Amino acid sequence: MGVVVMSDIPIKYTQLFINNAFVNAISNKTFPVFNPATEEKIIDVAEAQKEDVDAAVAAAKKAFSRGSPWRKLDASERGKLINKFADLLQRDSQYLANLETLNSGKPLEAVVAELEVYINILRYYAGYCDKIHGNTVPVDGTGFALTKKEPVGVVAQIIPWNYPIGMAIWKLGPALCTGCTLILKPAEQTPLTALVLAALTKEAGFPDGVVNVLPGYGPVAGEALCLHMDVRKVAFTGSTDIGHKILEYSAHSNLKRVSLELGGKSPLVIFDDADVDGAVNIAHAAIFENHGQNCCAGSRTFVQSGIYDLFVKKAVEKAKARKVGNPFDQDVLQGPQIDKPSLEKILRMVESGKQQGAKLETGGSRVGSKGYFVEPTVFSNVKDGMTIATDEIFGPVQSILKFDTLDEVIERSNNTQYGLAAGVITKDINNALVFANAVEAGSVWINCYDYITPQTPFGGCKKSGFGKDLGPDSLDDYLETKSINIMLPVKV
Amino acid sequence: MKLLQATKFALRHVKFTSRIAQFSSAAQLKPELTPNVLYSGIFINNEWHKSKSGETFPTVNPSTGKIITDVQRGSKVDIDIAVDAANEAFRLHSPWRTMDASERGRLLYKLADLMERDSLYIASLETLDNGKPFHQAHPMDVTLSIKALRYMAGWADKNHGKTIPMDGNYFGYTKHEPVGVCGQIIPWNFPLLMMAWKIGPALSMGNTVILKPAEQTPLTSLYVAQLSKEAGFPPGVLNVVPGLGDAGAALVANQNVDKIAFTGSTQVGKMIQQNSGIGNLKRTTLELGGKSPNIILADVDIEKAVEAAHNAVYFNQGQVCCAGSRTFVEESIYDEFVERSVERAKQRKVGDPFHPETEQGPQVDEDQMNRILGLIKEGVKQGAKLVHGGERHGDEGYFVQPTVFADVEDHHILAREEIFGPVQQLMKFKDLDEIIVRANKTNYGLASAIFSKDVDKINYIAQGIKAGTVWVNCYNILASQAPFGGFKDSGHGREMGENGLSQYTEVKTIIVSQLQKNS
Repeated sequence: MGVVVMSDIPIKYTQLFINNAFVNAISNKTFPVFNPATEEKIIDVAEAQKEDVDAAVAAAKKAFSRGSPWRKLDASERGKLINKFADLLQRDSQYLANLETLNSGKPLEAVVAELEVYINILRYYAGYCDKIHGNTVPVDGTGFALTKKEPVGVVAQIIPWNYPIGMAIWKLGPALCTGCTLILKPAEQTPLTALVLAALTKEAGFPDGVVNVLPGYGPVAGEALCLHMDVRKVAFTGSTDIGHKILEYSAHSNLKRVSLELGGKSPLVIFDDADVDGAVNIAHAAIFENHGQNCCAGSRTFVQSGIYDLFVKKAVEKAKARKVGNPFDQDVLQGPQIDKPSLEKILRMVESGKQQGAKLETGGSRVGSKGYFVEPTVFSNVKDGMTIATDEIFGPVQSILKFDTLDEVIERSNNTQYGLAAGVITKDINNALVFANAVEAGSVWINCYDYITPQTPFGGCKKSGFGKDLGPDSLDDYLETKSINIMLPVKV
Repeated sequence: MKLLQATKFALRHVKFTSRIAQFSSAAQLKPELTPNVLYSGIFINNEWHKSKSGETFPTVNPSTGKIITDVQRGSKVDIDIAVDAANEAFRLHSPWRTMDASERGRLLYKLADLMERDSLYIASLETLDNGKPFHQAHPMDVTLSIKALRYMAGWADKNHGKTIPMDGNYFGYTKHEPVGVCGQIIPWNFPLLMMAWKIGPALSMGNTVILKPAEQTPLTSLYVAQLSKEAGFPPGVLNVVPGLGDAGAALVANQNVDKIAFTGSTQVGKMIQQNSGIGNLKRTTLELGGKSPNIILADVDIEKAVEAAHNAVYFNQGQVCCAGSRTFVEESIYDEFVERSVERAKQRKVGDPFHPETEQGPQVDEDQMNRILGLIKEGVKQGAKLVHGGERHGDEGYFVQPTVFADVEDHHILAREEIFGPVQQLMKFKDLDEIIVRANKTNYGLASAIFSKDVDKINYIAQGIKAGTVWVNCYNILASQAPFGGFKDSGHGREMGENGLSQYTEVKTIIVSQLQKNS
């Protein structure tokens, strides 16, 4: 798909989407949404409060009630609706991409490429609707048993600002595939594209109340969703701190099912036998992609001692060459960070790295004075205990650590509270396999990084959360298993 | 043989006795009464060819007995060329082998979309060539074919292998790989749908195909071949070679064909299996004949059961492999059931398959008609009681009267042989154990049905029946999601459903030595 830069990007939707209609918040409250490249306000958007959450949940509950159009629909028809939604996403790709760049600062070209994948994700789920099988079970005794996979019901989905369209699609896909109804809360920084997606689901033909989208803030709308007694599940992607809270909300309300995709501090391990130029490129993209605002970013680059110095030199050259600027410009690879708090946190982390003795090889400062741009930054001589090696920076900061042996690097890789992803670059199949089997992470990439496809489950272990997005495993988080046991007069 | 029917549609059969009600929504559709035949050649490598021999064969409109058009007659030499094309399309590094699985799925979705676009034309062509009523061909044959392709499209990137916790310091995993070049030989009773059932899983799993349609009904598969090119399948992936039995035999004999999928008679199925044993041990999927029991217990709503049993046997002029061709009725309601069945058969509208009220068109050809009439005569001779019909209908086209036999006994030829025509056998039974034994007393095992409200009786019979499908309080419900195929002489392998994928994949186990295990 080519890239079309729109000179005028109309904002079509700024209200809450409930029961297939755009409505104001009951309180008429709004909040401003900004362009992170200019720090200018784009528009005011309706802000959902508790009473709006109640209305959306009621709509979703009604849509899920017994005998509703959605509950009576053939599974294959759900698939057709999802495919139609994918067609509409394809039709409106350029508009959605431009709106996403305006609101999030992500480079337009990258967003257009990502959209291709999101369309494929929807098509993947479309095909799964009528393939969610239960079992028949050869039980002891005179009966027999069947299992049925049924949708959980009303689902709340709370998503972050780093991939606004992508995270929405990751969440909508399995919920709609399994036949749930949902309330999606986009991040307050980036609500605009989610509202366009909402309109497309209506156009595709999803019945009223199946998809609801509530822009708003976590402590208000997010909390109300998580505490709601009629919400049967919360799917959350965001920080580990909030992940803790969501489990508490579940415990304090109705024991709703929870799936959490949280932070990471993912190791990318490069052995001496790797092609250095290739490895530098992979490691560079692993951390700098999306301005480092990526939960599975390769934020600990472990390089074996034999090639360490050469690797650092080339990594620095690569970072220096990275073009930062207006995300609508074609050759720009890095736009602004999402907002001021993010910018300030990254700069604080850089400062701590310097103070704790890491060597700042390049970058480390804000770019310009308008917009939240940060220089691509590389640290060498990073040690395991330093803050930049333990905490998620969520910015364009590469930390390069040195290791000597396989066993050592496995131990150091796992020496983190997180377990989202990991990568290894080597020509030696034994290194690759031993590392892949030993590393504590939900995804392992061998001679690649961020290789995420619709077909492959994604999600972490340890404090990176639990539950999976994508792949067949993602469906499990949206299904209940019902066993039906039937007594026979005699065993046959 | 094969059959099919949309769930909702069949439920309607059960629900309403009025024939008009059954087709009320379908009746809005307007067929093309004289559809142009656009393709009558041999489709190889995405191009149309004449037969190397220069020979053709006629395809006939069974409603009139008149020739529709002459079709290129593929024989061994044409089959061999098609097999070579399919092998070339399947070679390592070919566009087809290097395509993402999800992209194969998208091509199948696209083909389904094109069939939907042209659905009125395709249904009209099917009615012209096969004689089935247009107002069944569109909502059933064409719609179900589209659904079958979409269902299989979704599987393309979901047929998972496994990783395996092996003993020792080894890492094991399985990959599901396409079998390779598949010969697919399909019958004339559901020409389009049988094509969809065959090419859907084959292409979804990444195989290449040579399809041979039945000589009676080649037209819709040739049209779909052209649509597959429009959809974007690479050359050689789908080849369609019309011809007679010698073309099928050449496909079975070709040592560069990896698999044969066949739907048709048990007799031919056995020959295919034998040839596989002689040659390259081709994989075979065989979907063959049936003599399926439809068991009606005394507790049913008799009106609904009569309607369901009627449709179970008469649907598609009785040309259905899983037709409910042995209707077993419990003794206490038997006489009333016979009476009502005759009444229903009398109402059945036989005639022009393009007419919106027609329920029954002609049999597919003169041979079939004569064979059915011969079996009816033999049935009468053996002592079965002909209570309705039994003759040819009219004198143009190959129509047969809806025919009902009562007092049919297990040893009668009518109760043993597949008639493949509009002939209902009503048989009497007394108790459950007897009926299970009698229902299973056949060399076939394709389908079966039970009508009752009693959950214990239903489950008891359902467990005891030897058949690939058991319908409870419904009949001929075939959906893409549910596997279909037979026990015993009805064949082996299953089509559609997840089970259908295994017929088109080989399992490759890859075992990698590793330094150290980590659970």
